[in-house]
Amino acid sequence: MSTWIAIGVTALGCYVVKLLGLLVPAGVLDRPLVKRLAALVPVALLAALTAQQTFADGRMPVLDARAAGLASAALALLLRAPFLVVVATAVVVTAGVRALGA
Amino acid sequence: MAVGLSGFAFGVTSAGSGLTLPQTCALSLLVFTGASQFALVGALAAGGSPFTAAAGAFFLGVRNAFYGLRLSQLLALPRFLRPFAAQWVIDETAAVSLAQPTRRAGRIGFAVTGLTLYVLWNLTTLLGALGADAIGDTRAWGLDAAGPAVFLALLAPMVRSGTERAVAGLAVLLGLGLLPVLPAGVPVLAAALAAPLVLWARGRRERTKEEGR
Repeated sequence: MSTWIAIGVTALGCYVVKLLGLLVPAGVLDRPLVKRLAALVPVALLAALTAQQTFADGRMPVLDARAAGLASAALALLLRAPFLVVVATAVVVTAGVRALGA
Repeated sequence: MAVGLSGFAFGVTSAGSGLTLPQTCALSLLVFTGASQFALVGALAAGGSPFTAAAGAFFLGVRNAFYGLRLSQLLALPRFLRPFAAQWVIDETAAVSLAQPTRRAGRIGFAVTGLTLYVLWNLTTLLGALGADAIGDTRAWGLDAAGPAVFLALLAPMVRSGTERAVAGLAVLLGLGLLPVLPAGVPVLAAALAAPLVLWARGRRERTKEEGR
């Protein structure tokens, strides 16, 4: 049940912000500080989420096969690999390291 | 193509996080903004409350309001159409539409990209969720690394200047450091504070520099 609540709240919230952009008159959100924050908040959220989903199990910090997978994904990004290759690299390397028993 | 793979990865990740097939598909149909969906299922899997989980997903979705703002100037949609068009206001439709030279081309680009991605995203989500059941243990296949890899691939093009690197670095420290001390889902929201903190620190430094001149 709580999962459905989360889905409902997220769906409503995400729809409202999409609609808001189309409805509000230009200039209301068009301020330098608001724009800077809107660009930087996703950076902060994505960085924190990447770190948590790589280096934590629930609430405990851990170092496991996912770290190797993400490191290889980062390398693929540096080599300008397409999105598909980046995600596939992370998955394959993580599975490989686990299969080797790490 | 990339959207197809993320949709599949989302379906697999969501199923692996313990969401049912209808829940997974409802997310792709109703939320339809990838990063928010990944964040939500990740937070729920970590044991976050539905509201903290939804808050993290919501803040990731706020950027779509700024796409909408620019799109509404370009497309000039009639008011009655806007509630229907809104669901398709995402990274990809904004990128395609805003690259068009004329209003007409922008409208066509928005409609074609929106429809194609909406169908593809939902279809591949369904396949991923069904596939996850067939695969069984998603961890053995390394599929729990797909979510963070998607985040990293989304993050990489956003990090260009020192300000963005500082925000990302501070957010990682806050997100991991606060994990054992705050309830699940809250550390990510606390990490979002890295954005205003870094902006404030930069502004202060610049002011000090100017006074020193």
